[in-house]
Amino acid sequence: MSISDFITDLLNPDLAFLPKALAIAVMSSIVCGVVGCYVVLRGMAFIGDAVAHAVFPGIAVAFVLQGSLVLGGAVAGVATALLIAIFSQNRRVKEDSLIGVFLVAAFALGIVIISQAPGYAGSLQQFLFGSITGIPDRDLYLVGGTGLVILGLVLALHKEFVAVCLDREMSRSMGLPVFWLDIVLYVLVTLAVVISLQTIGNILVLALLITPAAAARLLTDRLSVMMLLAPLIGAASATVGLYLSWSHDTPVGGTIVLVATAVFLAAWLFAPRHGLLTRRWRRQAGNGSLADDRSPGPPSGLAGMHDTTEVVR
Amino acid sequence: MRALEIEQLDVDLGGRPVLRDVRLNLDRGELVGLLGPNGAGKTTLLRAILALIRTRNGRVLVEGRPARPGRSAIGYVPQRHEFTWDFPISVEQAVMSGRAGRIGLLRRPGVGDWRAVGDALDRVQLTGLRRRPVGELSGGQRQRVLVARALALAPSILLLDEPFTGLDMPTQELLGDLFISLAQEDRAVLMTTHDLVAAVDACTRLILLNARVIADGRPADLQDAELWTRTFGVSATSPLLTLVKAA
Repeated sequence: MSISDFITDLLNPDLAFLPKALAIAVMSSIVCGVVGCYVVLRGMAFIGDAVAHAVFPGIAVAFVLQGSLVLGGAVAGVATALLIAIFSQNRRVKEDSLIGVFLVAAFALGIVIISQAPGYAGSLQQFLFGSITGIPDRDLYLVGGTGLVILGLVLALHKEFVAVCLDREMSRSMGLPVFWLDIVLYVLVTLAVVISLQTIGNILVLALLITPAAAARLLTDRLSVMMLLAPLIGAASATVGLYLSWSHDTPVGGTIVLVATAVFLAAWLFAPRHGLLTRRWRRQAGNGSLADDRSPGPPSGLAGMHDTTEVVR
Repeated sequence: MRALEIEQLDVDLGGRPVLRDVRLNLDRGELVGLLGPNGAGKTTLLRAILALIRTRNGRVLVEGRPARPGRSAIGYVPQRHEFTWDFPISVEQAVMSGRAGRIGLLRRPGVGDWRAVGDALDRVQLTGLRRRPVGELSGGQRQRVLVARALALAPSILLLDEPFTGLDMPTQELLGDLFISLAQEDRAVLMTTHDLVAAVDACTRLILLNARVIADGRPADLQDAELWTRTFGVSATSPLLTLVKAA
């Protein structure tokens, strides 16, 4: 199917679910891309995974009660995030073990709840792997509104999040409420995950959070650029993924994730400064001139010495 | 008024006594080395001064007032490994992050904030590298970024936790000179260190700590070997004593 056919389908009133799915996929991948930058930089991918699983019982309850899936997922996800944050104050059990405990427990609870609903097998698949059909209009507004709130909070608290990411102890000594900032960040991650569940599915949602941000990290050493690139990569992957899924009749969540993964691999190989192949090419071209080589890590030998001697006086 | 007064400070961690009856004063212009073995409570003392942990007994006064996070004029320079060096951020932004608490919620850095960051970078001679990502700096440069971040708050007290660890001798000497001149510019500087030679060389005063203050005085006054063997729990023939005497 050509791209113009895809656009025709998007505008076809009989296929109204298609533009809705595109809108939700793009909105949620933008939000996930931005929030994912913190997740990647703080190394809290496992928390993202936990939250993604934790929203499942909420969705199951909402499904059984015929309520809003987004709302049900949000309640369960936020509750689990708070539980992890509170339990992790006791340092006898480490955070990753707690996450392990709660994410599986929440997922188990979800499975038990949803098995009570008649004909659950089909819906189960929809939750786990995502779907582009059957998105109610109110979810469109819910996702858009929630996304704006998330981005607003990120903008408002960016300076504080960065300070805590860099150095928790110093942030405490400055009087920043580190515990509460952690909770807000957990809740933001949860909400970003929940609004992405519809199209991408419960299992794959982590990719929307991590992959674009990780690819963006490879492409730049500037946080502001990274936080623009990640949502861009996410939105592009969502659009291309939906197109490929529609034209080849593949599962939408899986296709979007594979597109994003392809972008990540390309960045890993060809990123201007940190790419594997670019570094190799530069080494061959530059004959190992130290001044130009700014590979990650402390500068080697001469470059470092030069900077030190500069300030000797 | 003294920059820092600590009176009869007791601190327990996990039910165990870590600091007992610690008393010490710090004046502007002093560079004081806090020495002691691992587990002596050096970092705990710094955290108590920053009011980050609950004390069992005693008082910490910063410029005459009880210490409070974000309110007291203390610049904190943690150990280098506390900082996330692979974060995609430039030197000047890293230094600016030290002002996040002072700028306040929902506000962006203003002219005054950038001026403070510029002055701090000038002071540690990193102005030429201010746009460099922090991950590309050498160990000595990283230490100076952390010092600049603390200086960006224009503190009257500077707390340095193990600033010399993992650095070569020329870099240590440079940093030692920097700390001396920072103290001479009307600041009180307190640093923990395992580097006895550098400490004896640079500091105006040494405090030997092992849960209690064992000794407190000018390096020249701490010749008694017994003080050192008691603090560090080493034998009378330990090379540590030769080291201190030689320095």
